[in-house]
Amino acid sequence: MRHVISLLLENESGALSRVSGLFSARGYNIESLTVAATEDPSLSRMTIVSIGSDDIIEQITKQLNKLVEVVKVVDLSEAGHIERELMLVKLRATGKDREELKRLADIFRGRIVDVTDSTYVVEMTGDPAKLDAFVEAVDSALILETVRTGVAGIGRGDRILKV
Amino acid sequence: MAISGAEIVVKCLQEEKVDYLFGYPGGAVLYIYDELFKQDKVRHVLVRHEQAAVHAADAYSRSTERVGCALVTSGPGLTNAVTGIATAYMDSIPMVIISGQVPTAAIGLDAFQEVDTVGITRPCVKHNFLVKDVKDIAPTIKKAFYLARTGRPGPVLVDIPKDVTAARCEFEYPATVEMRSYNPVVKGHQGQIKKAVQLLLEAKRPMVYAGGGVILSDAADKLQKFVQMLGVPVTNTLMGLGGYPATDKLSLGMPGMHGTYESNMAMQYSDVLVAIGARFDDRVIGNPTHFGSVPRKIIHIDIDPSSISKRVKVDVPIVGNVPDVLDEMIRQLEATTERPDADALEAWWKQIEEWRRRDCMKFKNSDEIIKPQFVVQKLWEVTKGDAFVTSDVGQHQMWAAQYYKFDKPRRWINSGGLGTMGVGLPYAMGVQLAHPGSPVAVVTGEASIQMNIQELSTCQQYRLPIKICNLNNRYLGMVRQWQEFFHGNRYSQSYMDSLPDFAKLAEAYGHVGLRVDKPGDVEDAIREAFKRKNDLVFLDFQVDPTENVYPMVQGGKGLTEMILSSEDL
Repeated sequence: MRHVISLLLENESGALSRVSGLFSARGYNIESLTVAATEDPSLSRMTIVSIGSDDIIEQITKQLNKLVEVVKVVDLSEAGHIERELMLVKLRATGKDREELKRLADIFRGRIVDVTDSTYVVEMTGDPAKLDAFVEAVDSALILETVRTGVAGIGRGDRILKV
Repeated sequence: MAISGAEIVVKCLQEEKVDYLFGYPGGAVLYIYDELFKQDKVRHVLVRHEQAAVHAADAYSRSTERVGCALVTSGPGLTNAVTGIATAYMDSIPMVIISGQVPTAAIGLDAFQEVDTVGITRPCVKHNFLVKDVKDIAPTIKKAFYLARTGRPGPVLVDIPKDVTAARCEFEYPATVEMRSYNPVVKGHQGQIKKAVQLLLEAKRPMVYAGGGVILSDAADKLQKFVQMLGVPVTNTLMGLGGYPATDKLSLGMPGMHGTYESNMAMQYSDVLVAIGARFDDRVIGNPTHFGSVPRKIIHIDIDPSSISKRVKVDVPIVGNVPDVLDEMIRQLEATTERPDADALEAWWKQIEEWRRRDCMKFKNSDEIIKPQFVVQKLWEVTKGDAFVTSDVGQHQMWAAQYYKFDKPRRWINSGGLGTMGVGLPYAMGVQLAHPGSPVAVVTGEASIQMNIQELSTCQQYRLPIKICNLNNRYLGMVRQWQEFFHGNRYSQSYMDSLPDFAKLAEAYGHVGLRVDKPGDVEDAIREAFKRKNDLVFLDFQVDPTENVYPMVQGGKGLTEMILSSEDL
């Protein structure tokens, strides 16, 4: 099962490596990991996407909680939540492809943020499946490079992760 | 008045009432050593290898209820210490290790004696710090001691660059520690405890399985009261020996790979199993699928939530400090007249007595050759079961655990989790310094003892009258045993050739050495050793090289699939 784990941790050097070290040392899987400081600069917020059985996810959350710098851990996928990821895609855009790619980007509510006579850079946000779908929809020969941030997640409504 | 970072370090140790600091000097810690020189509250013990410093500090902690403390220099000083740190981490021993680091400006430039200490030790400490500002030294050391001793204890490392120890600031030792991200649970959940007590009262075949957490949390008295109130059988793991008196009739001895027949059978066939400060280790329950194949309810008391339901699913998890939870359970038991069904309990004990009659610890003694088990038995008799016993790792460790009946906690000091050969002698140093005047014995083998033999020199310097019982079988005994069982008697690299004359070696270090060849001389030799109150005595027992440790549950097998003797092979 795919889980989205969100945590607040002390914004200190080394905290990220404690988390990533934990995953590699115990053989847990990381699909993606994003981290940045929060509105309170002493805290970082991290979103980890991991795939594992319920037992493993339970161990992951317990082990994360055990890290001294981790303040709070929540498995967002236990209830309603929103996931968003940012992707930048550089596409070869020449001839009739230019119009087609523009139309496709519009359909996916992407924005073209850089244009040359032969390339576009498309910026797109959404849940990971939507980004996958866009990549699928574009002729693979036209994709020059892609870069994705990994998922950032937040709970819906009253689910608040705060100190 | 501003003082140097080095002086602050020493003042912090004084504030923490550190009486012994085990260490080894080097470039990055010179300022700290200079400050140590100027005072006499913190006594420094100079070892001969940093690994031994950490082991000695570890054993100092294990044999008391205090935080052990070690000091090493940067680079190789630290890497030598890593085995000691990992050993303490696996057994949850509260320790603070202070390491020197190259000056702040040199970090990351591959400076002389530089390693990424925080990176290297991260997976084997409870927490670690790199102190970059002299103002942070005191609060960081305060936090380190607090983290080491609270919650699930463990080693904490503080890495301090040389320039930070030279910089100056005002000293103030914080009175308290506040950490929003660290709040260990102490009291167990009331509802869960109630459920557990109810389950126990309804049990027909109850069993208590107590681990190292009972020792670490100083809960032996409470465990004894709890077990005796219910009249239920109790087993103590390798790390938990002494948590319940081994000579009491309710004790079934040790469980697991080399545990007793009755303990393993009772673990398997109990209907309610109470695990207290234990973690269902692979050496304790054998194959988890086999262990889970019979129905039983499990109550698990542990301070570390991640220990619960890690290897075995439990029915009633109780996260909390063992003595607090036991107190509450005792209180609830006292408040009710209900007791487990007497007839069922009697039938359960009858069954256990039947298992006990297998007498799984019997061994064929000999008049010709010394049996290692016999040496441990005699050691137990001569010391009246009241010595501190450390061991190394291997066959001798298991025989010491099996044949020395520990009635008190913190008397049995060994590396259970990491299984570190070479701990025995430095462990005995830490114990002897913590308990001057008390008998301290090392049960070791000719292979393990050579892994830290240089510490005989430290023992001479500090006049530590340790008694070393070397069960010399000229083999890496446990390796040889596995090769005999599983590798067609091909004793690949397990024969110990070119051994030194240990008695003479001990003498060369200024100690007393004695070689013992005949079973008839064993007892006298041990008596003689303990009579020499001021001498370290190295007893080199020439024991049967073919002896194996029984019972044995082979790796991957179920707990009840035991080999009881060579006849079962």
